[in-house]
Amino acid sequence: MEEGKVLSQSVQQSAAAYAIIHDKFGEAVSAFDANETMPFFEVLNTSIWTEIALFMRDNPKLQFNYMACLSGVDYQAEEKVGIVCNFESLGIFNHKLAVKVKCARNGGSIPSVACVWHTANWHEREAYDMFGMSFTGHPDFKRILCPDDWEGYPLLKDYKVQETYHGIKVPY
Amino acid sequence: MGLLDAGITKHNVLVTSVDNVLNWARLSSLWPMGFGLACCAIEMMATNASNYDLERFGIFPRSSPRQSDLMIVAGTVTMKMAERVVRLYEQMPEPRYVLSMGSCSNCGGPYWEHGYHVLKGVDRIIPVDVYVPGCPPRPESLIGGLMKIQELIRMEQIGVSRADALKKLAEKSVDPQFVIELERKAAGA
Repeated sequence: MEEGKVLSQSVQQSAAAYAIIHDKFGEAVSAFDANETMPFFEVLNTSIWTEIALFMRDNPKLQFNYMACLSGVDYQAEEKVGIVCNFESLGIFNHKLAVKVKCARNGGSIPSVACVWHTANWHEREAYDMFGMSFTGHPDFKRILCPDDWEGYPLLKDYKVQETYHGIKVPY
Repeated sequence: MGLLDAGITKHNVLVTSVDNVLNWARLSSLWPMGFGLACCAIEMMATNASNYDLERFGIFPRSSPRQSDLMIVAGTVTMKMAERVVRLYEQMPEPRYVLSMGSCSNCGGPYWEHGYHVLKGVDRIIPVDVYVPGCPPRPESLIGGLMKIQELIRMEQIGVSRADALKKLAEKSVDPQFVIELERKAAGA
């Protein structure tokens, strides 16, 4: 965060929400990124992501009761894939916050938060479908858009489409 | 000349070939299968509706492949859908016709390069008789394609294969440029 820079009211609210999470989990979360478009922090200790999620939902001062989105991202240069989750507190507080969670690009896994926000159920399946990370503890873990026997994960930056699918030529 | 244009006189006796009667009956009641896959289906529905009124050609959608003569592949065929399209095609009784409507089902359309999930042309899985270009084609284009199917049926005879009928149809093709020039001249352009 740049010193002396005046933060907008909405980012200040996000920063206050982050401070509560940081007090509880300390080194397990990264520093706060106070950008205007999507203030976020990263979960450094991926294994406790579900606990952080429960805390964010149930702490009386946070009450992030709404997961607006969960998207997958391919960090090819870092050899990682990850998710970006956007949270809001509908009807209670006016704050919003984004959380990034990363894991290894090949065979990595992220704890599922489908038990915390039901929205995450299908969104995590989509992230798996497109990027190939697995979500441990997901109640119904399988592809959601591509056929179950599809090869590869289409939104990875080095994705190459398969030659045939059930005997049908796939590339143009 | 159609049968009804001949004017029925002489005690309603009319002499023609069996092929003629059969083809006239078949092309006057082309029943397409009522299914659409993407935005082309919207144009297909508009063509079926009152403004373009496909029923004047005896064309109206059926809800079962077993009652259909024609499959209008209206829209993007995904790899997941491709196998279902084949299944539906196999359920249609012969003689059956396939009209590929729009760029997606013709060749993959805008998904031709990066659309990993799209079948690049429905002719990779089922034989297509008529291709209608456009993205999506206007109702006039679809009607043009359907009339092409009717012409194809007119070319058919008992004992003549579909391939030969298609060849005969191709021989009868007219260069559209002449018609375009004619229309332009009439419009005073």
